[in-house]
Amino acid sequence: MQKIAFNKLFAVSVLALAITGCASDGGVTEDAAMVDESQTQEVAQSPEMDAVNAEEAEVANPMLDQTTIYFGYDRAEILPEFKDVLNAHAEFLVANPQTSIVFEGHCDERGTIEYNLALGERRANTVKSYLIVQGVSANQLESVSFGEERPVSFGSDELNWSKNRRAEIKYSSVVANN
Amino acid sequence: MILRYWCFLFIFISAFAKAELTIEITQGIASAIPIAVVPMKWQGKPLPENVDEIIRSDLERSGHFGILSPDDMLSHPSTQEDVYFRDWRLLKQDYLVISSIKSVGNDQYKLRYQLFDVLNERELLAQTLSAKGSQLRDMAHRMSDAIYEQLTGIRGAFSTKIAYVTTNRKRTRFNLAIADSDGAREKVIMTSKYSIFSPSWSPDGKRIAYVLLEDTGSKVYVQNIATGKKQLVSANKGINSAPAFSPDGNKLALVLSKDGNPEIYVVDLNTRHWVRVTNHYAIDTEPNWMPDGEHLLFTSGRSGNPQIYRVSLSSGYIERITFEGNYNARARLAQDGRFLVMVHQSAKGEPFHIASMDLTRGLLQILTSDTFLDESPSVSPNGVMVMYAAKYNKRSILAAVSVDGDVRFLVPSKSGDVREPAWGPYID
Repeated sequence: MQKIAFNKLFAVSVLALAITGCASDGGVTEDAAMVDESQTQEVAQSPEMDAVNAEEAEVANPMLDQTTIYFGYDRAEILPEFKDVLNAHAEFLVANPQTSIVFEGHCDERGTIEYNLALGERRANTVKSYLIVQGVSANQLESVSFGEERPVSFGSDELNWSKNRRAEIKYSSVVANN
Repeated sequence: MILRYWCFLFIFISAFAKAELTIEITQGIASAIPIAVVPMKWQGKPLPENVDEIIRSDLERSGHFGILSPDDMLSHPSTQEDVYFRDWRLLKQDYLVISSIKSVGNDQYKLRYQLFDVLNERELLAQTLSAKGSQLRDMAHRMSDAIYEQLTGIRGAFSTKIAYVTTNRKRTRFNLAIADSDGAREKVIMTSKYSIFSPSWSPDGKRIAYVLLEDTGSKVYVQNIATGKKQLVSANKGINSAPAFSPDGNKLALVLSKDGNPEIYVVDLNTRHWVRVTNHYAIDTEPNWMPDGEHLLFTSGRSGNPQIYRVSLSSGYIERITFEGNYNARARLAQDGRFLVMVHQSAKGEPFHIASMDLTRGLLQILTSDTFLDESPSVSPNGVMVMYAAKYNKRSILAAVSVDGDVRFLVPSKSGDVREPAWGPYID
């Protein structure tokens, strides 16, 4: 069972990587959809995954592909359009208690570096609290703030800023079975 | 072995990491004092530094002086006997500096200079200084300091250092550098693939505290500048950030979020005794010491938007300082606490600029206008100039403005971006 979960995790991580890699190009949703298709095929070819069709269906949940959610300026509240995404991750984490994730909180460049570092943490923690409310165990969840220091999009206008005000979900490791 | 490693690292860093700052003066005061700094008399092969040129650019950068070009001078006297005050009056100069230097062997030089009041034909200042070839730039800045103080009544800060962070455009390499206040003699003291920010000088100028944003989060280090030795001060869970040395240099105020959200702490660097200063669910950050060592200024979001507050370390009493504007953050003090200098946004959607606030009268003045996304103000130790970071022509540069807003100059890096300036203390 753990082996299966690990495969799932791997699939999700690959998707996460592919999606975050594309985010800086601008077309977040279009690129994500394209990558999703090719990656799913690749995963389906793996023999381990063939053995568990039910699990595979869950991997294909497109909501899990989205690992970045965005915020309003100087805000840390979760916008309603991202609740379904977080719910999907929460469901996955509840079903797979041996997986854990790290939330990375980020900001746009406006305002001071230190205040943004704090704001980034607030964003990461808001997402963390939301998942705990959805039933995810706190020890599956970590958060870290990078403030305005790790932008995905360079440039000083609202288009770039809106891409940088974000929390990224990083599936980090498999919690050891105890 | 460790020493050898550091030496190697240092040579490695110095070899490729030169960013070098340049200075472009954009605004001086209208009533600038006309002064002529005559080229220094020297016979021999060229000196390692152009002393009189350094003095001219120091004085010009202050914005308080109008500098006569050596080409426009009628003569280049080096002794009092050769000075014809009538000529300098004709050139509409109020003050005159003459100097000469001679070698006394073994890379040692003896330098003499005099400052004259042209109108009254009177000597105001005369000094003889000795220096090695490598110290000539220091001597030039010291002469600028003395001339500036004699003519303005304010101590000069040309001899002080600035620290700042340079980075490439892709933000994959960060250097913490120290340079003269005019950007010369840059020396990288720390390089990392991780972002370095919030450098803070110890009051004796020997150590710098800063934040390193590693993959696992932010950590606070204190580094000895001369030895390069780093000491990890804080690596708690969550944020470890915004270090500020106390006026006696024994304590560090900083921000930790190990309790769940960012709070101000003070740690004694000798005993490692920690004291929590704030306790609020809002963001509290950017502590900065008042000169008395008993109060901290800090930024808090407790009113809904960032504003500046003051807390007493003995009583814990907290008082809000700023009320004007949507966003006031990262406060620094100037002129013994008479002025507050900070990042200011007047209303939501308006640009971020540097503002000063006269604490005795409560008046707020926006100091900057031609730069964009202004942040990280740092005040010169004589309280006259504010250096800050900003966007200008799509690049991150340093810029400076006087606390009264009258003098402005830009300090771009020749390559890459530069940010996070911290003006160093006086070093006697």
